[in-house]
Amino acid sequence: MGYEYQNLFTRIQVRGPAYGGVPHIRKTEPREGKPSFSHLLGRLGDAQVGPIYLGWTGLLAAIFGFIAIEIIGLNMWASVNWDPVQFIRQLPWLALEPPPPHYGLRLPPLNEGGWWLLAGFFLTLSILLWWVRIYRRSRELGLGTHTAWAFAGAIWLYLVLGFIRPLAMGSWGEAVPFGIFPHLDWTAAFSLRYGNLFYNPFHALSIVFLYGSCDFDDSVGSPFKICFGA
Amino acid sequence: MSMMSYERKYRVRGGTLIGGDLFDFWVGPFWVGFFGVTSVFFTLLGTALIIYGAALQGTFNIWLINIAPPDISYGLGFAPIKEGGLWQAVTICAIGAFVSWALRQAEISRKLGMGYHIPVAYSVAIGAYVTLVVVRPVLLGAWGHGFPYGIWSHLDWVSNVGYQYLHFHYNPAHMIAITFFFTTTFALSLHASLVLAALNPKKGEPVKTAEHENTFYRDIIGYSIGTLGIHRLGLFLALNAGFWSAVCIVISGPFWTRGWPEWWGWWLNLPIWS
Repeated sequence: MGYEYQNLFTRIQVRGPAYGGVPHIRKTEPREGKPSFSHLLGRLGDAQVGPIYLGWTGLLAAIFGFIAIEIIGLNMWASVNWDPVQFIRQLPWLALEPPPPHYGLRLPPLNEGGWWLLAGFFLTLSILLWWVRIYRRSRELGLGTHTAWAFAGAIWLYLVLGFIRPLAMGSWGEAVPFGIFPHLDWTAAFSLRYGNLFYNPFHALSIVFLYGSCDFDDSVGSPFKICFGA
Repeated sequence: MSMMSYERKYRVRGGTLIGGDLFDFWVGPFWVGFFGVTSVFFTLLGTALIIYGAALQGTFNIWLINIAPPDISYGLGFAPIKEGGLWQAVTICAIGAFVSWALRQAEISRKLGMGYHIPVAYSVAIGAYVTLVVVRPVLLGAWGHGFPYGIWSHLDWVSNVGYQYLHFHYNPAHMIAITFFFTTTFALSLHASLVLAALNPKKGEPVKTAEHENTFYRDIIGYSIGTLGIHRLGLFLALNAGFWSAVCIVISGPFWTRGWPEWWGWWLNLPIWS
């Protein structure tokens, strides 16, 4: 067994009874769902699926996130005259654009960036509620709040791109559009506007940290796996 | 000083791939080994060559030092030392040093009775570098397609090569690589913050263990991949980031010579809607 266990994808699955989870510190709502087991998930990691804690912040985050996706998707669909085939065909090119620059920071009509503002509003609400959920779950289990602050790092980037920088530049039009290729176009246009973004010292630092994460994951992930024989 | 009390029992003989007992000894905390010697040799020689190149160039400004590859006209031949031959020599030294280091990792893994996961992981990074300076130049038929060694100059190279394909973000392999880079950082931050949160609870709370870590993720998303699984996932994500980076550059030129936005035409022209 010892030798077989030293494969990247071991075939041995240890399956005990489902674990309901450690109790919450304060009495909150119970967890939902009867735990089940997935053999396929067990090939990579833990086989147990569920239970999950629902809670109001998580539920509202999901609802507001759904609203944001709907606004984006329906606007994209409208942009191809509600043709379902063209919606799928052109989906990677479709966009929900922020308002044109002449609106500055004023509220534009719905079809001139108003929907973009609304989608961003609901998406931001959803993300911030998810942050609250992470913070409260950490405290409820007696953990530190490190994950909430790690998530806050990502939220900071999101807010800078869609809110803080446009505010500082005085126009919502500075923000990133929703859409697959459109956000790439925005990125290229942004880079060209400032010559060569690779010379931006903070961009250089950011790239180094991204590469460093991969290197770190490599160098910590592999010895850990060796120590545990998998 | 150089040895922990428990470290002596790990200082065992054997595990070498080459040279037998020849370099099987320690200098201070470092194990030497044959590939330790070759690592140091190639590193020192390569660094010396770069310093020589800087002297030829006439600057020791760290940002401006530039060891450029030969002109395209030299094809896949050797160039004179001042015409890009230096770049070729530095490249040989770099590959020599990187591969020596991977084999050193393999020897130490053998010595300690561990798996080869570390040298395998590191080899993916070496593979990405070799793709940039050997595989792609060979496929394109000239060493001049390698990137120059210099802080500003390699940034210019990346920018110029990117715009040769109009808009590099439309390269599908580049998209996959970027996604893996972001996901690796995401996964590492989630994993690291979870472990630190379990070990550093509120003042007065006892330190938590994997039970709490699992419960946290089941509470949040209904699934916890587990202490072993997260490292499999992390290694998978990190290695894919490096692997797809190599793919995205090696297909640019040898496989696709026009703008990357144009490549997506196949999707718009699928028979199901055209």
